[in-house]
Amino acid sequence: MKQYIIKQYYGDYGEGKNGAADISTSGSSKQEWPLWEVFIRSKQGLDHKHVGSLHAADAQMAIENARDVYTRRNEGISIWVVESKHIHASNPDEADALYDPANDKAYRHPTFYDLPDELTHI
Amino acid sequence: MEKNLEQLFQEKINKEIRIEPKDWMPEKYRQTLIRQISQHAHSEIVGMLPEGNWITRAPNLRRKAILLAKVQDEAGHGLYLYSAAETLGISRDEMYEQLHSGKAKYSSIFNYPTLSWADMGAIGWLVDGAAIMNQVPLCRTSYGPYARAMVRVCKEESFHQRQGFEILLTLSRGNEAQRRMAQDAINRWWWPSIMMFGPKDDESPNTIQSMKWKIKRFTNDELRQKFVDICAEQIKILNLTIPDPDLKWNEERGHYDFGAINWDEFWQVIAGNGPCNKQRLDARKKAWDDGKWVREAACAYAAKRAARKEVKVA
Repeated sequence: MKQYIIKQYYGDYGEGKNGAADISTSGSSKQEWPLWEVFIRSKQGLDHKHVGSLHAADAQMAIENARDVYTRRNEGISIWVVESKHIHASNPDEADALYDPANDKAYRHPTFYDLPDELTHI
Repeated sequence: MEKNLEQLFQEKINKEIRIEPKDWMPEKYRQTLIRQISQHAHSEIVGMLPEGNWITRAPNLRRKAILLAKVQDEAGHGLYLYSAAETLGISRDEMYEQLHSGKAKYSSIFNYPTLSWADMGAIGWLVDGAAIMNQVPLCRTSYGPYARAMVRVCKEESFHQRQGFEILLTLSRGNEAQRRMAQDAINRWWWPSIMMFGPKDDESPNTIQSMKWKIKRFTNDELRQKFVDICAEQIKILNLTIPDPDLKWNEERGHYDFGAINWDEFWQVIAGNGPCNKQRLDARKKAWDDGKWVREAACAYAAKRAARKEVKVA
């Protein structure tokens, strides 16, 4: 197995990604800019939505790069960037245990209740 | 009997459930995707070079602004795809190293030179047209991050093809020299473009497994035929010709027949012996090496600012 295959822990990426705080000034050419996740609000009134990721040395540069990479066609009016290493994700192997308990609780949905048709505005 | 992970994985694929980065996947699936997505990303990045050549020589400001926007899109497409590949556990720098060392390939179309302005038209119409034909089915590819990247790419790509056709259309309605220039560009780009779909199905060893995993949705030959059928009609609007004497409508098949592809040339260019292989790679390596101080300076600046902030907090 090639060594560049690493196990995934955080978000969609490995935990091996460096954060800006870890950057040394020694200028090693092996130093990769940290990875950032980009969230865009497409218009007022809507949530920021994850659109992808990019590399940048710091948050300001990440926002500037996100502008160029993800909003070339008026896709957004507001950008959030979060360093990928700060994203913690649930484990897909535990999906059953996490989401199963909701399955047998049909009474949480309004359609569960059988009421007369004459009943209106409810 | 207990199903093994590989069977469960294939069942998900068969049910059209997308695979996401943290899901279990066969190692071969991961590696096939890393190879395909990074190769695709490299193609976008190297693909800027033949066109970048013409930005300063565009015939007017309108064409120049359009070409700049197109080349910028290609940089963006490369970035979307590198990010998708990174979710599979390979680093950005590792991919660059593979490109620079020649270990990773990129689309061999970009190893052909751009000799005249009409080439910008032919590239948009034919090269981007062939790319779109390949990319549209990839919007439904089984790996989630790749599919999402392709949706964005495809949305942006259609202007690329249309601006290319418009360049050729304008030339085709021009004077005799302009018509000749357009025809010459089509003559040179036609065959390399239909080679872009890759080797024939019976010589494409990865196709069967990639179809089973729904990484690929159509075979190389299916897509190539579709592309030829469309171009054979579109060329009529240009009132120019496709440089293939064997191209003709086959009523029985419901498709255009076309002539034999020079596969020897295809393999030669892939092997590094195309007209511009060395020039393209040298340009990429130079850009990477010349950018080193910028990457380092940005890191140093970020570290300095972070340190200053810490002092303030303390």
